[in-house]
Amino acid sequence: MKKKFALGSFMTRASVPLMFMIICAFCIPLSGLSPSYLINEIVTRMGRNAFLILSLLIPIMAGMGLNFGMTLGAMAGEIGLILVSDWQIVGIPGMVLAMIISVPISVLLGLFCGKILNMAKGREMITSYIMSYFMTGVYQLVVLYMMGSIIPIRHSNIKLPRGYGIRNTVSLLSMRQKLDNLWPVYINGVKIPMVTFIIIALMCLVIVWFRRTKLGQDMRAVGQDMEVARDAGINVERTRILSIIISTVLAGIGMIIYLQNLGNFATYTSHSQIGMFAIAALLVGGASVDKASVGNVFLGVILFHLMFIVAPKAGTAITGDSMIGEYFRVFVSYAVITIALIMYETAKRRNKSMEGQRLMMEQKKEEAK
Amino acid sequence: MGEELTRKEKGKLLKFVDSFGLPRLIITGFLALLLIVAPFVGADLPTQLTNIIARFSWNGVLVLAMVPMVHSGCGLNFGLPLGIISGLLGATLSIEFGFTGGLSFVMAILIATPFALILGSLYGWLLNKIKGGEMMIATYVGFSSVSFMCMMWLVLPYHSPTMVWGLSGKGLRTTISLEGYYNQVLANFLRIKIGNFVVPTGTLLFFALLAFGMWAFLHTRTGTAMTAVGSNPAFARAAGVNVDRIRLLSVVMSTWLAAVGILVYEQGFGFIQLYMAPFNMALPAVSAILIGGASVNKASIPNVIIGTILFQGMLTMTPTVMNNMIHMDMSEVIRVVVSQGMILYALTRRTEGGK
Repeated sequence: MKKKFALGSFMTRASVPLMFMIICAFCIPLSGLSPSYLINEIVTRMGRNAFLILSLLIPIMAGMGLNFGMTLGAMAGEIGLILVSDWQIVGIPGMVLAMIISVPISVLLGLFCGKILNMAKGREMITSYIMSYFMTGVYQLVVLYMMGSIIPIRHSNIKLPRGYGIRNTVSLLSMRQKLDNLWPVYINGVKIPMVTFIIIALMCLVIVWFRRTKLGQDMRAVGQDMEVARDAGINVERTRILSIIISTVLAGIGMIIYLQNLGNFATYTSHSQIGMFAIAALLVGGASVDKASVGNVFLGVILFHLMFIVAPKAGTAITGDSMIGEYFRVFVSYAVITIALIMYETAKRRNKSMEGQRLMMEQKKEEAK
Repeated sequence: MGEELTRKEKGKLLKFVDSFGLPRLIITGFLALLLIVAPFVGADLPTQLTNIIARFSWNGVLVLAMVPMVHSGCGLNFGLPLGIISGLLGATLSIEFGFTGGLSFVMAILIATPFALILGSLYGWLLNKIKGGEMMIATYVGFSSVSFMCMMWLVLPYHSPTMVWGLSGKGLRTTISLEGYYNQVLANFLRIKIGNFVVPTGTLLFFALLAFGMWAFLHTRTGTAMTAVGSNPAFARAAGVNVDRIRLLSVVMSTWLAAVGILVYEQGFGFIQLYMAPFNMALPAVSAILIGGASVNKASIPNVIIGTILFQGMLTMTPTVMNNMIHMDMSEVIRVVVSQGMILYALTRRTEGGK
């Protein structure tokens, strides 16, 4: 009986990754892309995205769901990069400096976000989601109006011609793939950016280690049951704020790693999609709103980005219209998040009613005595 | 003693601010300031007022669509795009079938209705399965349906030459002009024009009709049951109300109103916008009703009217006034910060009753 139940829950957990494997298996031959090209792309995207997705794990541990507010960290990272490219500090030192600048901004934003989320317990996700929109407005205010007029920006190549505000795209040519090319290893023509991968691996170890620390244990306790955790003497509010701060800081660093690979970024839009793609990838990897592991991150990157690469080509092959594939992958990203959210909420309700039934049974037993 | 008095007065003031809501107070003050400043910076006041009224008439019904779901405790309808899609299907099919002029508007509503009923029922059924997490899932149901329809607009066999891409002869355009169809049909009905000041009477009457219908509905037996479900589901269930059925009804109503709302919006705006356009249409409507003083589980018709006027007023006034004043258009930033800030404010309020 118990085994059957475990198998059932495994099947629901694995259903999303399985569905994606089927989609990919169907689309890869249609797309006509060569395996070596695909592997190359996946490895690149792994280095690009994995760190960003890792930043989502800690709030999930603290029971705060998917942190749509990771966009805040991404903005902090972008501000760091804008300043560094104005100061013309190039290569790895530039990246490190951008990270150093981003951290205090991320901490402040994370603190703010965490405080707001504590006021909206039980609807953290929608609140963090609206938060990301709200902060986009504030980010625009800072970057489009204050940079150049209040915050000094010297170089006209990133400034708008009107004298203040940053151009729509910021070129990061001076630090493009500097981290990836620090120690590239070629295996059968597949370039592996070793340094990026080592950083990601270290981050994974840190997260696994973090689960065992006092703070990590506290977070898990808070995630399980806030009231019980409070009775056990854990400062619930503080723990939750900390989890958001850590996530925001990691997202900021992740964004810088992501952008150094791309080599330029759209100043006003690139952060807005990051949250959605990172969350969708994590969910595709088999994570749920209340449970996610390092393994989900990597499986997610592989499956989600495989779909991302092959869908437009496959769509063109089937319908002769490239736009269909483009829309298809956007649709799939949203649909995956929708399905994961629905599964989470129904499971939560089922557990609640099961708990209710158990209590009722116990009460009946008591009465029978 | 004097000190005591001021403290008392302070208490009174705080109470008033609390009941009116600090953000709403600020926005009202801001709009009033804009209206006072406008003539001095060279913006024509009648034109400004015309713009505000016109924008109100376009958006009123979309904001009204929020009311039923808030009443039944489903929260703010972030899934508004689903209803909008029903409306868009109605609009495009009405044109495809060759209706023109005012008739095309009536037919668009008629064709949109079955879509709204079916999609709304499915959506309502889903929301009944996931009580407590409605808002987040509603958001993503909206997003998924919009991106799904992006593919459909390309694939569905539309042929009307006014709507499809001229070159390939298939796939709908991103914007479709309503010239010759139902552009301004409501607005032109009994339109009042005094110099620069124009009132689209017909649209306002149409909104008033729907708003009155909503008000009347909320005072029927089913309507009061809906309010009861929203404020205290356990009590409502004990009183013999079928909670799930009432919630489903509220979602269907909201979806249908959204469908009609987008058609009213289009007749004012003059264009049908397809593909990603409905994507973020829920947020302005949500923030408008919140600015009007609604909360996550409480909304009334006055909230809709006040909120839409304040929000749309702010939206139309800021660009002109600020441009004339400091030659700097910050309206986009103000719009985003105010509207999202308002939603954040509402989400962090503790809701009475609770779930």
